[in-house]
Amino acid sequence: MVWVDAAVQGVLLGGLYALFATGLSLIFGVMRLVNLAHGDFSILAAFVAVVTVQTLDVNPLTALVVVVPIMGTVGYGLQRLALNRLLGRGILPAVLVTFGLSIVIQNGLLEIFSADSRRLNPGGIETASVPLGGGLAVGAFPLLTFALAVVLLIALQLVIGRSPIGRAFRAASDDGATAALMGIDTGRLYGLAMALSLAIVAVAGVVLGIRTTFTFSSGPDRLLFAFEAVIIGGLGSLWGTLAGGVILGVAQTVGARLSPGWGVLTGHLVFLAVLLLRPSGLFARSRRVD
Amino acid sequence: MTLLGVQNLSAFYGDFQALFDVSLGVTEGQTVAVIGANGAGKTTFLRAVAGALPVARGAVTLAGRAVGGEPAHALVEQGIVLVPEGRKIFASLSVEENLQVGAYRKRRGPWTVERVYRLFPALAARRHQPGTNLSGGEQQMLAIGRGLMANPRLLLVDEISLGLAPVVVKALYDVLASVKHEGTTLIVVEQDVSQVLAVAEHVYCFRKGAVALEGEPARLTREQISAAYFGA
Repeated sequence: MVWVDAAVQGVLLGGLYALFATGLSLIFGVMRLVNLAHGDFSILAAFVAVVTVQTLDVNPLTALVVVVPIMGTVGYGLQRLALNRLLGRGILPAVLVTFGLSIVIQNGLLEIFSADSRRLNPGGIETASVPLGGGLAVGAFPLLTFALAVVLLIALQLVIGRSPIGRAFRAASDDGATAALMGIDTGRLYGLAMALSLAIVAVAGVVLGIRTTFTFSSGPDRLLFAFEAVIIGGLGSLWGTLAGGVILGVAQTVGARLSPGWGVLTGHLVFLAVLLLRPSGLFARSRRVD
Repeated sequence: MTLLGVQNLSAFYGDFQALFDVSLGVTEGQTVAVIGANGAGKTTFLRAVAGALPVARGAVTLAGRAVGGEPAHALVEQGIVLVPEGRKIFASLSVEENLQVGAYRKRRGPWTVERVYRLFPALAARRHQPGTNLSGGEQQMLAIGRGLMANPRLLLVDEISLGLAPVVVKALYDVLASVKHEGTTLIVVEQDVSQVLAVAEHVYCFRKGAVALEGEPARLTREQISAAYFGA
């Protein structure tokens, strides 16, 4: 029963990892851009939520109504003003710039909010639990997080699979120059992709801030888990990203049950094993390589 | 009315100049052929007109308005659409989605997915397959259909017959005839001279990045064309 419990908790934790990973996967898919500041943006979003909660005196979950549009706007502006200039020159310039951005965000947060750890208080739901029977119970908030991840992924899947903007994302992902010949303004499209990416990671950051304490420097860990989830699941597959998050979450909780210090390590080991055995990920969408 | 005006158009790839002061005019509703050997600048010319290469502002006019240097997506909005060399079908999109993405700008006009399927019944049968699963000829049909979905005023078609069987090429030219019938202005780049001269009202022969010969196909002799094509 202990192991079933660990697995269930891990699955739910995987929902949170999927929330972190989805935006990372999306922008890599659409424009081959690796955003090393992705984790820091989630923490930035959590701090924006802290300010919103203090100023408007609202529940952090309600604050999402403010935080998500702010982060989306930041993403659009960042992409149009800075990152679009780096595209088409290989992967390295964007890696360097987003690495620098990561340092800027962390130090900016340290400057403004000090090094104190913070937490978002949603008023009770974070400690509520839902009994599953047989002595098992899951936290109401992890359950909500998982449901949120699934709903967001379904919505994103519908947008990418069915809508004109989703078709444009996929066309630009295949061949940006030809997409422009279809009348697609790729600069604007990439801006929208980054806006979507940061909007989703804003949700992840706020959820994280409710689950656990965070400081200005909590971002890079989040980035690492997000990368691991994406790579375990396989690039280009949203459901793969959820599966990757779940596998990573289960590995961590089961590992932690073996010995309290082993959680993160077990996660890394499972990640390395997948990288060795299936380098393209477990659920990679097969793609023709030209 | 002159739909497309090109004045002293030059284009560069880095330091390499690929077009030298090309000037020409295309009347609305006309079909124009651009022929020439490999490396004569035909594809560069189409790409420059379509906004895929940087050019001077005044070098390209559409219905009298200077549009040179505008990005490709803005020119699609105004009705200049390029069917690129090598077809460039989107691999992640189905046949139908490839057509739909052609209509991204939602320009008004006669072309719809259903009409393109009537033009190319082979595409309708495979509408849900990935675009790149099609044969070369079918991919060329899809590329032309995708271009038509933008409801172009001016359709630029690059190397329509490259690598295709003669019977397929003939079918594609029959389709171009019906596109022309809709009033769409066409510029067709070809290496295969005989096919395109049969449909074009005016022909430009490019050599070394400049116009070496121009005129109505009926008034040009085989010798003139071959001299301009290969250099005398």
